[in-house]
Amino acid sequence: MSETRRITLIVNGEHREAETPVRQHLADFLRGTLGLTGTHVGCEHGVCGACTVLVDGHAVRACLMLAVQAAGHEVTTVEGLSLADGTLHPLQQAFCDHHGLQCGFCTPGMLTTLVEFLAEHPAPSEEEVRLAISGNICRCTGYDSIVAAALAAARALRGDAA
Amino acid sequence: MKPAAFRYHAPRTEEEALAILAAVAPEDGRILAGGQSLMPTMAFRMARPAHLVDINGVAAFGLLAAEGGVLRIGPCVRHAMLGAPLVGGPLGALLGTVRRHIAHLPIRTRGTFCGSLAHADPASEWCLVSATLGAEMVLRSVGGTRRVAAAEFFQGIMTTALAADEMLVEARLPLLAEGTRSGFYEFSRRPGDFAQAMAIATFTLDGGVMSAPRLGLGGVEDRPCRLPAAEAMLDGQPPSAALFAAVAAAALPGLVPMTDDPHRLRLAETAIIRALSRAAGLPE
Repeated sequence: MSETRRITLIVNGEHREAETPVRQHLADFLRGTLGLTGTHVGCEHGVCGACTVLVDGHAVRACLMLAVQAAGHEVTTVEGLSLADGTLHPLQQAFCDHHGLQCGFCTPGMLTTLVEFLAEHPAPSEEEVRLAISGNICRCTGYDSIVAAALAAARALRGDAA
Repeated sequence: MKPAAFRYHAPRTEEEALAILAAVAPEDGRILAGGQSLMPTMAFRMARPAHLVDINGVAAFGLLAAEGGVLRIGPCVRHAMLGAPLVGGPLGALLGTVRRHIAHLPIRTRGTFCGSLAHADPASEWCLVSATLGAEMVLRSVGGTRRVAAAEFFQGIMTTALAADEMLVEARLPLLAEGTRSGFYEFSRRPGDFAQAMAIATFTLDGGVMSAPRLGLGGVEDRPCRLPAAEAMLDGQPPSAALFAAVAAAALPGLVPMTDDPHRLRLAETAIIRALSRAAGLPE
């Protein structure tokens, strides 16, 4: 019988409370327990970056963090990036405009990683963007479009003309 | 890819953490800090600890302070926190440079400095920093406190002086004197990947000659090491490409690489030359 804990946390701005096995990682908790399937589970050992979410504003691998460790913290998943009325985050809009996703499997991790990166680096070079997503694997190999989208989003977030 | 079942402990104080560790150590109880190495190892079932002692709730473990000539680093200080803006001066500049080579952004927000030291991967950048600068480790158990120098702390591949019931409660990095120059070079196949060879050089320049040089090499032998003979060749000499090449060539025969691989020795030679050149501001 696996040990469980009841945890409370904030997910995408909402107060959530749920029971979780202590051995369950945060990505499985978000998907299986809370039904937020936007976070994707790829390698489950911290290499592919698909499960990246924001915890207290910082990008983390949700497969390398236990759900119980998120108790008392604020988690933002890809579902929490757009506005309540469905308006896409400028980064999501840029991914649409620049064909930054093909199969879409890596996209949630790309977006969450880049949200934190662009907040700290509002005017990155192409090289800096490539380094920032070096821990996110896209097996469609659509990196050029992803980088173009990130640079366009940076311009939009700065208020420059796209 | 799911970890085997374990009991989970979340102490709120150091005393509580050490007491739990003492109780669970005989059952392969482990400290969980950043988890960026332990969690993958558990996912692969290469590690199956019966207990995890999660120390992230111990507020005092966030210690990060420069005092008494050292940078005191507590067990929950993340990679991303080392360097500007939290750590200034020449040491902060070096740490900020090294930090960018540690894995990827989402790993650096979570993984910890002390966790890297306790894990003691030969390719760990922080282990090399600690060995090169002569860090002091503070090891504590319910039985008491020991202070261990980096040279004795690292004992081999993923092997340290830590006993099963002991915890690395603090690492102390000597602050670098004002004006200290530093250079770091790492070769890895892809950005963020494990180092195949890396080197750190620090020295001051007084009247055009190098003083108090330190040179460390990592990713080559089974643990990071200083190169005292090479340091002696640098001391009191003006920096030059010819001297750096001679220093690197002289260091190679004494090395015992982890793999019988001539390529790794070539990488070591290049890493030494480039770290020294970067510290001196010479072209590589």
